[in-house]
Amino acid sequence: MHEAMVAENIIESILSQVSKRKGRVICVVMSCGQMNALNDEAMEFAFNAAAEGTICKGAKLKVKHIPLKAICRNCSKKFNYNLYEPQCPKCGKNDFEIGEDAPLLLEEIEFEEK
Amino acid sequence: MKIRIKKKILEQNEDFASANRKFFKRNNILCINMISSPGSGKTTILEKTAKALKNKINLAIIEGDLYTQLDAERILATGVQAIQIETKGACHLIAEQITKTIHKLNTDRLDIIVIENVGNLVCPSDFDLGETLRAVVLSTAEGDDKCRKYPGSFAQADVLLINKTDIIKHLDFDIKKIKRDARKLNKDLKIFEISAKTTAGMDKWFNWLLKVKRQ
Repeated sequence: MHEAMVAENIIESILSQVSKRKGRVICVVMSCGQMNALNDEAMEFAFNAAAEGTICKGAKLKVKHIPLKAICRNCSKKFNYNLYEPQCPKCGKNDFEIGEDAPLLLEEIEFEEK
Repeated sequence: MKIRIKKKILEQNEDFASANRKFFKRNNILCINMISSPGSGKTTILEKTAKALKNKINLAIIEGDLYTQLDAERILATGVQAIQIETKGACHLIAEQITKTIHKLNTDRLDIIVIENVGNLVCPSDFDLGETLRAVVLSTAEGDDKCRKYPGSFAQADVLLINKTDIIKHLDFDIKKIKRDARKLNKDLKIFEISAKTTAGMDKWFNWLLKVKRQ
């Protein structure tokens, strides 16, 4: 369950950058690629556990999944790589090149309005 | 109030990984991070590699497991230095553990370090250890659909070792299919078909290690 470590790193990162005076965090937005094998439910569970006792307690976690771009070597079509059907949606060939997967990013923090 | 951050979540791990990478480069050490499911034969591959290469190069193995020193003991019995990391439940190694461990190794004139990651085809692939190359091991008994099911580990590897080819006759394992699927994810993947038990096909792997060590 690598989600636990990802969650701990998110909380540590927020606490190191944000002063407590800003108040309570109500929403955290993160993003991940297609290869990170990040499960939304496990991520939420781990985030809630890591947030306990911090200004992030009770905050909502939103996970954005960034598509992985691919390009067909046969017909040059650019498309989003699909784990279930790894083939070009235009010509159906499976001779394609995949780009770099998106990293795990902490995107945005939202604070409670005072 | 919203604040845009755009910060890498695993930045701390990346900092340690980058320090490790610099250490390997400065000391001219090739470091391989070996990833696979439990029971694919990583330790047997490393035992045989240690026996075959110990008089040709200076090799060290870092073993990762949840519990026990069993794997390090197997490597030490070959006469090659080995250190065990017990993660006590964590499902993958992190770069900081490697930073602490390399300072316990005798790195004088060391050519290659192989890190045997915790047996797990999911979690370790997200954690850069600062390695020069990443190897993934798949044993034939696991089935020929694993590249599709666990794409991360295969897409990020430089080398694929297909192990336990000696039992392929008892299985419905299509070696062409797995190679095709793996190369779909990773066109430059170097693939070796081996049996660590019988050592069939392992000469190519040994020679490749000796070759990449010199580069």
